[in-house]
Amino acid sequence: MAAQEQGSTRLERFPSGIFGVAIEQVERTVPADEAPPLAPNAELRRIGKPARRWNGEQKVTGAARYTADVVLPGMLHARLLRAPLPHARIRALDVDAAERAPGVRAVHVIVGPHGGGTASASADEDVQATRRVDEAVAVYAGMAVAAVAAVSPEAAEEAIRRIKVDWQPLPFVVDMDQARADGAPVVFQKLAVSVGGQAAGLVQADLPLKGNVRGPATSARGDAAAGLAAADVVVDGEYRTQAQSHCCLEPHGIVADWRADGLTAYLSTQSAAGAREELARAFDLPLSRVRVVVEAMGGGFGSKLTIGPYALAAAALSRKAQAPVRLTLDRHEEQIDSGYRPPTWQRLRIGARHDGSVTAISSLSYGSAGVALGAGVGNVASRLYRCDNFDEAHFDVLANVGPACAMRAPGAVPGAFALEQAIDELAEKLGLDPIALRDRIDPSPLRREERRLGAERIGWSRRHAAGAEPGPIKTGLGMAQSLWGANVQVGVACEVRLFRDGSVEVRSSVQDIGTGTGTVLAQVVAEELGLAPQDVTVRIGDTEFPAGPGSGGSRATASITPPARNAADRIRRQLCALAAASLGTAPDDLEARDGRIASLSDPARSMTFREAAARMDGEQLVALSSRGDDYAGFRARAGASAAALGDLGGVQFVEVTVDVETGLVRVERVVAAHDCGRPLNPAQLESQVHGGVMLGLGYALIEQRLTDRQTGRIVNGDFEGYKVPGAFEAPKIDVLLLENYQGFSATDAYGIAEPATIPTAPAIANAVYNAIGVRLRALPMNRAALLAALAGGP
Amino acid sequence: MAGKKARAHPASGLSRRSFLTGTGAATAVAAAFDAALSSVAQAAANAEESQISGPGAVAVALRVNGILRTASIEPRMTLAEVLRGPLALTGVKVACDQGACSACTVLIDGTPIASCSLLAVDVGDRSITTIEGLASDGKLHPLQEAFIAHDALQCGFCTPGLVMSCVALLERIPHPTEADVKAAISGHLCRCGSYPHVVDAVLAAAQARRG
Repeated sequence: MAAQEQGSTRLERFPSGIFGVAIEQVERTVPADEAPPLAPNAELRRIGKPARRWNGEQKVTGAARYTADVVLPGMLHARLLRAPLPHARIRALDVDAAERAPGVRAVHVIVGPHGGGTASASADEDVQATRRVDEAVAVYAGMAVAAVAAVSPEAAEEAIRRIKVDWQPLPFVVDMDQARADGAPVVFQKLAVSVGGQAAGLVQADLPLKGNVRGPATSARGDAAAGLAAADVVVDGEYRTQAQSHCCLEPHGIVADWRADGLTAYLSTQSAAGAREELARAFDLPLSRVRVVVEAMGGGFGSKLTIGPYALAAAALSRKAQAPVRLTLDRHEEQIDSGYRPPTWQRLRIGARHDGSVTAISSLSYGSAGVALGAGVGNVASRLYRCDNFDEAHFDVLANVGPACAMRAPGAVPGAFALEQAIDELAEKLGLDPIALRDRIDPSPLRREERRLGAERIGWSRRHAAGAEPGPIKTGLGMAQSLWGANVQVGVACEVRLFRDGSVEVRSSVQDIGTGTGTVLAQVVAEELGLAPQDVTVRIGDTEFPAGPGSGGSRATASITPPARNAADRIRRQLCALAAASLGTAPDDLEARDGRIASLSDPARSMTFREAAARMDGEQLVALSSRGDDYAGFRARAGASAAALGDLGGVQFVEVTVDVETGLVRVERVVAAHDCGRPLNPAQLESQVHGGVMLGLGYALIEQRLTDRQTGRIVNGDFEGYKVPGAFEAPKIDVLLLENYQGFSATDAYGIAEPATIPTAPAIANAVYNAIGVRLRALPMNRAALLAALAGGP
Repeated sequence: MAGKKARAHPASGLSRRSFLTGTGAATAVAAAFDAALSSVAQAAANAEESQISGPGAVAVALRVNGILRTASIEPRMTLAEVLRGPLALTGVKVACDQGACSACTVLIDGTPIASCSLLAVDVGDRSITTIEGLASDGKLHPLQEAFIAHDALQCGFCTPGLVMSCVALLERIPHPTEADVKAAISGHLCRCGSYPHVVDAVLAAAQARRG
């Protein structure tokens, strides 16, 4: 792997291809101070090997500190007043009695005639798609109106009851179909929209709003109408997906500590650095005066990417009361006002020739993110298969329901539910096996290999014709595919420190939301320095450290592990330089391995890592690195967000049994074949794939966030009414991971959380069809839906 | 509280017992309710003999992780609130506060109990074990080790409760089947979907104990 210097860059050769299938060498231009190319995992000692979760011991002993576990001296407790009605004007709001209630230290009005607060779901234009125009109107039941800080949660709760609000009820609509209709009550007369932030999904600017319907957002290539006309076979289906709640076990929460020298927020967040920016902007503070800390984090799934009005209220209360304030949502609040995956309706048409080649794909969709925007169906229909003629039109439908937000693979999850069933339907019409059709129209070599491996593992050859089994309990096999961008956040940074006693720290504000980010950072640094992962102290989840990426879009690993390795490489080079003189050799002749610095040419010349470190002047060596461009350039880059060339794939196979007498669908087995570039930690990746499958399984069969049309309130806003899958629903899940090398970055590693969620529901739907010969195009596929479908009903 | 529930409703003159009988519920169900109600009635009778406490703070002594701990608490406080608050055992997690997710599971005399659904004053002299009480002399419980080894956790918020239920399972059934493990953890919600690895961890820990 000889390097050729070329000014500030150099040429290097990297392994490229799918390990075990075909690996070749590709040449890339890389920055001159970039770490050397990394060999395939088989030749490495720490990367790609089992490593125990960095904070596993803290989590199994109860020592891990989550936001609600933070206790500060003099800490107050806050509660929120929430709107009881789905649409109502505040004629008057009186907090005097609340302010005088026992134990109350501060009252903050979020929305009201004399509140001066903002009524949007976030105070920040850049991160929220919708802003209310009329400040004194509640636009959904459960919207936060005011907040109280008191000496105990009970005192705060009592004071909340003493706030008098004169509500003037307004007409409302909560159902997407009803909200679309002419004459429906209008949610917003006007919308102020910004693009590029965290709405439920992508939001296009400058679209018309008619009634509650905004759009269409369109894209097209070729001529889809002509393509459909030219097709030998057309499939044309309508699909409906439901609202799904995130159900993080740890509710949203904050401990806000406002002091003269700035604000510290202990926050359950998917982005410490992002939350700092939001807080700084909301309170007009410099970034240097805001600190966000998230030690252990109890799940986000997209719902904790932005901070939300509750957190802003807590910070405002802390400023007012001059004391730390804790505000933790209770489960009901969490279920009614922390977001959800938007419900959608889609019509998808696909035309194909007899040989399987796709002549056109045309997608029409509506989605409702409640009072927010971005309820689209992603880009799987546009990009998963080869097709020259494509068009799509999407409409967002506003309704008096709380704002939806991003949820694990936003857009792609409902999009794939439609697309992957339509492709199966097309295969059947063409008389082709679903895998054979995909082999013809899917350009991805990754998914081709995943189909091959997965089909073999699940025993695809035993798949029978749809509905062919006799008896009341029928088995079925199905599969579906995934496509997700290889997302990267550019400019995020990581620091590695080596102390004179040989101890090592890796530091970044990046948070570990349960994915194991800390573990892979330790592995990458340990690999570079010839240490064990447990020798590396992981310091993350605190904006005192260099700003790391958010954990969203499956981008954290791809964004932060390359700078971690580059920083560690710089430390390694400095350490080798320190050791070289004593060992009588050149720094280039030294390697860091097994806790030693040793000569490559004469292995007898060596010293321990610790001895080498002791030679430094001063107390520590520090190296900082930030995420630059991919070596091969990005496919797309918009500001700090970038998408690598190529995509993340993934194919899942499912075996179900369907009891046609009770309507019960059981997922017996899942084979999940996935790729994420270079796998860094197989056990953690497997865990995340399990999570993706279970979330997809709940979406497919069980979960549904229900809003009552009569009252506008959430019907099942707790864990009694909203069921998520448990151990009995968990099938046997085989995870097959490809090693895919591309030579794109210092680690070549990408995420997996979202790709693993996308194909599960359509794979189950395709398996159900194979079992019973009836296609279910609406979610969830619960017993009632199954029985209705079997009876020939809707 | 229990006493009030057992008494006849003053307005309707209808007790739960007579309501159940009157609706003609299946006799087996009614019998089960009768059995439960008689124990409630017994508890109510006992309560009526004892002093009424609250609403102000009362002193309680709780045996937690082998140590007698005292605290001044309001009688309405759940065990989870007392453990997390005055006793600072924040390894006990509250996720739903209604006994629907089992994150707050602790052992009471070895039996897994949702600590969010039990009043602290009702624990009495029974012995409480929380996640903090499992490791001894700095050595993790074999199940804790197995959870780490099998990566049976992700965000970790449901983990303390899951570990407690699995500890109780292995006490009850030293060599469980996969179905036994799934039954033992069926009340636990894990949104990260760690169930397969949890089952692996528990079976491995049981196997290791078999030697």
